[in-house]
Amino acid sequence: MLLSRRLLQTQSVRVFARDSSSSVVPLTSAHYPVKRHDFARVTELDLQEFRSILGDRVVTNASELESYNTDWLRNLRGQSTVALRPKTTDEVSRILAHCSKRRIAVVPQGGNTGLVGGSNPVFDEVVLSLSLMNEVISVDEVAGTLVCQSGCVLESLDAMLAKRGLMMPLDLGAKGSCQIGGNLSTNAGGLRLMRYGSLHGSILGIEVVLSDGKVLDLMSTLRKDNTGYDLKQLFIGAEGTLGVVTAISVLTPPRPKAVNVAFVGCSSFEAVRQTYLMAKRFLGEILSAVEFMDAASMQLVEKHLALHNPISPQPFYVLAETSGSSDAHDKMKLDTFFEYIMKENLINDGSIATDYTKLRNMWALRERITEALTREGVTYKYDVSLPMAVMYDLVMETRQRCVSMAKCTVGYGHIGDGNLHLNIVGETHSKQLLQLIEPFVFEWTARHRGSISAEHGLGFKKADYIYYSKSKEAVNVMKSLKQLFDPQGILNPYKTLPQQ
Amino acid sequence: MSGLRVLVGCKRVIDYAVKVRVRPDKTGVVTEGVKHSMNPFDEIALEEAVRLKEKSVASEIVVVSCGPKQCQETLRTALAVGADRAIHVTVEGEEYEQLQPLAVAKIIAKLAQQEKTDLVILGKQAIDDDSAQTGQMVAGILGWPQATFASKLLKEDGYLKVTREVDGGLEHIKVKLPAIVTADLRLNEPRYATLPNIMKAKKKPIITLTPKDLGVDTSPRFSVLSVEDPPQREAGSKVANVDELIAKLKAVGVV
Repeated sequence: MLLSRRLLQTQSVRVFARDSSSSVVPLTSAHYPVKRHDFARVTELDLQEFRSILGDRVVTNASELESYNTDWLRNLRGQSTVALRPKTTDEVSRILAHCSKRRIAVVPQGGNTGLVGGSNPVFDEVVLSLSLMNEVISVDEVAGTLVCQSGCVLESLDAMLAKRGLMMPLDLGAKGSCQIGGNLSTNAGGLRLMRYGSLHGSILGIEVVLSDGKVLDLMSTLRKDNTGYDLKQLFIGAEGTLGVVTAISVLTPPRPKAVNVAFVGCSSFEAVRQTYLMAKRFLGEILSAVEFMDAASMQLVEKHLALHNPISPQPFYVLAETSGSSDAHDKMKLDTFFEYIMKENLINDGSIATDYTKLRNMWALRERITEALTREGVTYKYDVSLPMAVMYDLVMETRQRCVSMAKCTVGYGHIGDGNLHLNIVGETHSKQLLQLIEPFVFEWTARHRGSISAEHGLGFKKADYIYYSKSKEAVNVMKSLKQLFDPQGILNPYKTLPQQ
Repeated sequence: MSGLRVLVGCKRVIDYAVKVRVRPDKTGVVTEGVKHSMNPFDEIALEEAVRLKEKSVASEIVVVSCGPKQCQETLRTALAVGADRAIHVTVEGEEYEQLQPLAVAKIIAKLAQQEKTDLVILGKQAIDDDSAQTGQMVAGILGWPQATFASKLLKEDGYLKVTREVDGGLEHIKVKLPAIVTADLRLNEPRYATLPNIMKAKKKPIITLTPKDLGVDTSPRFSVLSVEDPPQREAGSKVANVDELIAKLKAVGVV
């Protein structure tokens, strides 16, 4: 069995063969109009204190620091001179107590896969990496709960849970690198939100270290607990600006026995919407994901990643996934669904995965668009929530606006959640192209009462745009909360809330 | 000139991506509730047959699968990819557990005679038992030429020109028809079954037979004594320098 499985291993290794010279990436502080706040600078005494807490887990080597300083999209680069790698909550607590006393700014960092620069320093903030805090503390198979440190990689957690018939309640393209603490801090959505809900529902408890080093124990594995204000909700999605999450407790749904994926092609976005509606009607409770992508996205993954379109070229593609406990039952429902959408001419072509390899290949077409975009050129990323009726109109209008300056404009996303990922690719960093896109995309979104950041968060890049989606009063309350939790503003400064 | 009548074997096996687990009683692997699909090499064999039909080299494709009723799912997929007819040879329970390549070869040989087949295409091996014997045995039983581990297939007049993958590289041979070909990995990239064809396949016929109908005795010729996990890989250890490395290599007798 081993022999032929090895022989069949022609799957490509998902490695980003990236240019290792980060000097190509412009400094954030040079590229954006941002002023350094009046924080203390790290001195030799501070380094001694860090070393007394962490031993040799203090990184000061310039080339090692490049990966901490640079974001995944290679758009932003900070100037931190020290990265810290704690292993325990106690170490995190002592680090923050010291930084608070000295007024040193800190950037908590997980897998560094964020797309809005939330996890990278802007100036010389100290990077607090959670990567070594990757222990699983407990799994309760019957209750379906997991307790672990916040540096655990999402994919590793899912693989571990798979052996016990469980799964993580979220999934996203960055799963091989992103950490659960970061997922929590960004309230990551991902591919299966429509089935398993948001982290605001599936996170049961957290352990968080506050800006002065105090450890706030909000840990619980209870499904129901209405005793006072639900404080953990504040930290979910706070992007590391209210506290550093060190451990989490999360619901782990049963792993489905039967998973099926259908990949269909539609002539218009209206047909995509109808197909989605029919998927909900016919597949109902077994539907676990519905994603769409346009022809431009398909061209990119075919060009850069040697992936193959399983069906004929179409203007739009929809991927629908079902997860259930009985394959026979699910296949019957899928049959009825297909018969209907074909009879009504909602689709022109389609295929259903007959084995796991084909299933993974179909998902790869959608999950790896982000990767293909980085290979095409400089990507300007927008992640918006919009009413479904107008969702693709934004893509078409943006494409037209940028036609002379951009290499391509693509639209894809979680149609099941009303979430569009709009990406414009340019040959190089271009101020003119950026001006064509912003604030056009934000204004368009605001006009249709959408969200200018559906799931990526605000981070560094979008902090100043918060007013497109939230009122001044709301932002003022947020600022009061920030003041309460972090009076010195040392936790992830320049992020999430607008500069004054 | 009439096209070739092609017979393709489609075995239902545990899905390639599933992590296989040995049964606690060590008599085999766990198959209950585990995802099954068509043997990947058989998918390649089927794809080759469909391409021959598209080039009008083949006129009809018949697919066959031996096993329990779930094999009909595998046959439906084959029909959706492009086969014309399917034959399900029912083998259940204990008889299925003991079904071995020689018995399958006899079944396929009998069917090839009945169907007046010109070309039998099988996968080079199944990913569950890795026997890689069935194609060769069919050729032996029928007295037909065999072109195994094919990575390229061309029909020229009454011959097949086949490129075979062998240890030393590639071998080019010419075989007379009728013949047996077994498909290797690089023969082609199988297509996905598309919805219009999946729907059409529902109307294509699947007939059911038993080995007895074909006069084949499926009793096993060898018995499996035990099935075990491979030994656990031991953790490696780090060495401080080259001297320590050499000392360790000497200790295990490698240098």
